[in-house]
Amino acid sequence: MDEIKRISKRKNSNGQIRAESLFKRSLVIIGAAMVILVLGILLTLIIESVPSIRSLGLKYLWGTTWDPVNNIYGAAPFLLGTVLTSFLALIISIPFSFAIAVYLGEYNPKGWLSNFLKNTVELIAAVPSVIYGFWGLLVLVPLVRSLEMKLGILPYGIGIFTASLILAVMIIPYAASLGREMIRLVPSPLKEAAYSLGATRYEVLTNVILPYTKSGLFAGILLSLGRALGETMAVTMVIGNTSLIPTSIFAPGNTMASVIANEFTEADHAVYLSALIELGLVLFLVTVVINMIGKRIIKRFTNE
Amino acid sequence: MGKSKAMQVLIVFLAFLITIPLIFIIIYIFREGITKINWTFLTKIPKPVGESGGGIVNALIGSILIVVTAAVMAIPLGIMCGIYLSENSTSRLSYWSRLSVDVLQGVPSIVTGIVVYFWVVKPIGTFSAFSGSIALAIMMLPILIRSTEETLKLIPFSLKEAGLALGLPYHKVILRVIVPCGISGILSGVMLSIARIAGETAPLLFTAFGNPFLSTNLGKPMQSLPLMIFNYATSPYDDWHDMAWGAALILLFTVLLLNIITKLTTKRWNVQL
Amino acid sequence: MKKFLEIFKQSLTAFALVMTAITGIQTKVEAQADDKTILGAGSSFINPLYSKIFADYNQKTGIQVNYQSIGSGGGILQLTNKTIDFGASDGPLNDEQSTKIGVPVLHIPQASGAVVITYNLPGNNNLISLTPDIIADIFLGNIKIWNDPRIIAINKGVDIPAFPILVAHRSDGSGTTNIFTNYLSKVSSDWKTKVGSGGAVNWPAGLGGKGSEGVSGLVKQTPGAIGYVELIYALQNKLDYAKIKNKKGNFIIPSIASVTAAGNVKLPDDSKIFITDTDAPDGYPISGFTWALIYKEQNYNGRSQDRATKLMKLMWWNIHEGQQFAEPLNYSPLSKEALKVAEKILKSATYNGKPIL
Repeated sequence: MDEIKRISKRKNSNGQIRAESLFKRSLVIIGAAMVILVLGILLTLIIESVPSIRSLGLKYLWGTTWDPVNNIYGAAPFLLGTVLTSFLALIISIPFSFAIAVYLGEYNPKGWLSNFLKNTVELIAAVPSVIYGFWGLLVLVPLVRSLEMKLGILPYGIGIFTASLILAVMIIPYAASLGREMIRLVPSPLKEAAYSLGATRYEVLTNVILPYTKSGLFAGILLSLGRALGETMAVTMVIGNTSLIPTSIFAPGNTMASVIANEFTEADHAVYLSALIELGLVLFLVTVVINMIGKRIIKRFTNE
Repeated sequence: MGKSKAMQVLIVFLAFLITIPLIFIIIYIFREGITKINWTFLTKIPKPVGESGGGIVNALIGSILIVVTAAVMAIPLGIMCGIYLSENSTSRLSYWSRLSVDVLQGVPSIVTGIVVYFWVVKPIGTFSAFSGSIALAIMMLPILIRSTEETLKLIPFSLKEAGLALGLPYHKVILRVIVPCGISGILSGVMLSIARIAGETAPLLFTAFGNPFLSTNLGKPMQSLPLMIFNYATSPYDDWHDMAWGAALILLFTVLLLNIITKLTTKRWNVQL
Repeated sequence: MKKFLEIFKQSLTAFALVMTAITGIQTKVEAQADDKTILGAGSSFINPLYSKIFADYNQKTGIQVNYQSIGSGGGILQLTNKTIDFGASDGPLNDEQSTKIGVPVLHIPQASGAVVITYNLPGNNNLISLTPDIIADIFLGNIKIWNDPRIIAINKGVDIPAFPILVAHRSDGSGTTNIFTNYLSKVSSDWKTKVGSGGAVNWPAGLGGKGSEGVSGLVKQTPGAIGYVELIYALQNKLDYAKIKNKKGNFIIPSIASVTAAGNVKLPDDSKIFITDTDAPDGYPISGFTWALIYKEQNYNGRSQDRATKLMKLMWWNIHEGQQFAEPLNYSPLSKEALKVAEKILKSATYNGKPIL
């Protein structure tokens, strides 16, 4: 690299050298700007949540009442709502994303049928979340309501369960495409050896592919979790927006993202606004940590 | 053997079951939306609450302006940053920079909205389309950077050596040789990032804010398709639901089309490379 | 490490440059634009009336009034943050809000309206009647089913199915909530101690919908639901609403006449008054005024006098020409006395200490 630099420098006129160093410098500045951007986001969130951190302290995180009238802010209902929706969505989505990954990665990697499946799954990720929310509100909600009537529970229709269903569809592509890549990475000599020993596909799947791709699949699940935690619009539209601790998975609730979307433009005291921003900060930290762990695992996996 | 067969059936069944919601959503939106789209719908602004008729031209124009402004800001930055990361894979700054891009990719869109509210809306003193564009640009960056970096890394080093050996200055080698070679990957990143943000609602809630009139002033609040769909979908008016279906159809098709075009172009270019 | 610091410094400068450039462009854009827009936000209670008035105002004057129905709480907050030209709220600023805003804010009454108890009971065509204590107990979550003996007792001859009651309330800070909870706190001591009144309260039961639009949407879609919205939302969406027993013991149907009867009180000079639980025998008990909020001193944040004048003209239009749209949309227009108070308040607005109108 240095040698090339020296050669190219010698051959060029002054103006070009200036252009060149300007170019290089701006590259470096832009690279650094990304770091500043992220630090800026973090700092803004921290600074704006100081009033809430100062007046509420740590009990903010497990307070169960969110009562803006009396200036009581506890984030527990939203933390619980977020955890419930995300994990429920994960549980619903895992069998599907696993099936897609195995089908595309092992059973039928080529051909129009798998192409169709692959493209469809990618398009699922492309549909804007507000459209999922809209569709969910007008089509899925009545379906869930009639299910709830059959089950004999309060037929809200909207609530944590509905939000999880929509979230599940939305996050399937992430785990599925990653899972497919991971399964593709399984060295074929391993699989061939197993097959030649007379193993069935099921046995190869459970004894060779699964153990080999375990951590990769886990990373895929983590990344979809990160996506589910931060999803806002679709959830806001179908979750019911109430600040009570959810009593069942069919109850209405609120997630961190949805409460911010609902209340941010109207939080009229300093602590209220700051409490919402602190939620944003928590959300930011949690998603970042989960994404980072997921990416670390993938990196280690693909480098092996 | 029985277990193996059962497993296969189950996997095929589950894998294809998931295509049903998507197809269902597309068909449903198409059926609901197509009847609402006509000339008035595309060229008029909405009527007051409770009056039927009117259109969504404010949201259409607004969406285009906001997204284009975001793209104009994000594309040069994103590509430059991608070049930087692919050229400097080991320096300490590039490690932090890459990490930041990873973090940025995971930032929930609503958080971006909050931050831009404090960076732009509050200091300037008004909601504006421009602040919405900034929020969207921030969301475009990681996709752009990643696709540029990954593409450029694949370009053979010999190309660069050849360029430098011919006496071309470094920036010309990058901009005239390396980038054109990877243009397909970069372009697909550009299109994917646009498709991704075109449907974003959450960051616009506290920035672009919405506007019932047609506005082309970037310094003022502006309507956009996703915002309009959100507001109209949660309303009780059947007229507004109808308009939201029409708008949803337009948005959905634009986004899907962008994705499909991206796929086709990358496929074609891959053959050439 | 030194090099690293150098790079960091350079990029900080670049970042600052970009930010100033952005701000520069921004202010330039703003200054250049032939400013024919006014931005307002807040109450969804008055949104139907405003969207009609402002569509008409645009046709007559060419000025675009962009009103976003984000809830009264939002209107107050955004006015405090100076991101909008005027706010709209169905409740006057409370002490804390006034302190936060720091400077005097004018409350200009725009119209009054009824908050109706709307419900979705399939197969029931008559208006049901409700008493204050039943309403309080429903929204407290104490009455859980429609054919509760107390509801049946006052609705003899009305067919009430055995549906579970689903309470729908506002998820955002709202003046409609303010009026409604103000009413409930007056009529139910239980409510007053457990929940209290305000723009956003800690609801003991139910689902939240964003905006009056959201609540009407919930009620319309959910069999068994009960909620509270402005009368026009119920009418436009063909939702049923209840007759409510007032202080004098009469069951009153919400209408322009019954709201006007409730609002027939002498307005104080600052016009801040609640008219819930009225003494008028034919007055509807859950009525309220809705106000536009503007800064008394209009020279803030570098606003031009021209802009302040435009805003004043709009406000003047709202309480005069705009009033003709109130009745068709089932709001009660300002009475002559109320109009006088409103005019006087508007005239007290200043630019650099000098009156604008």
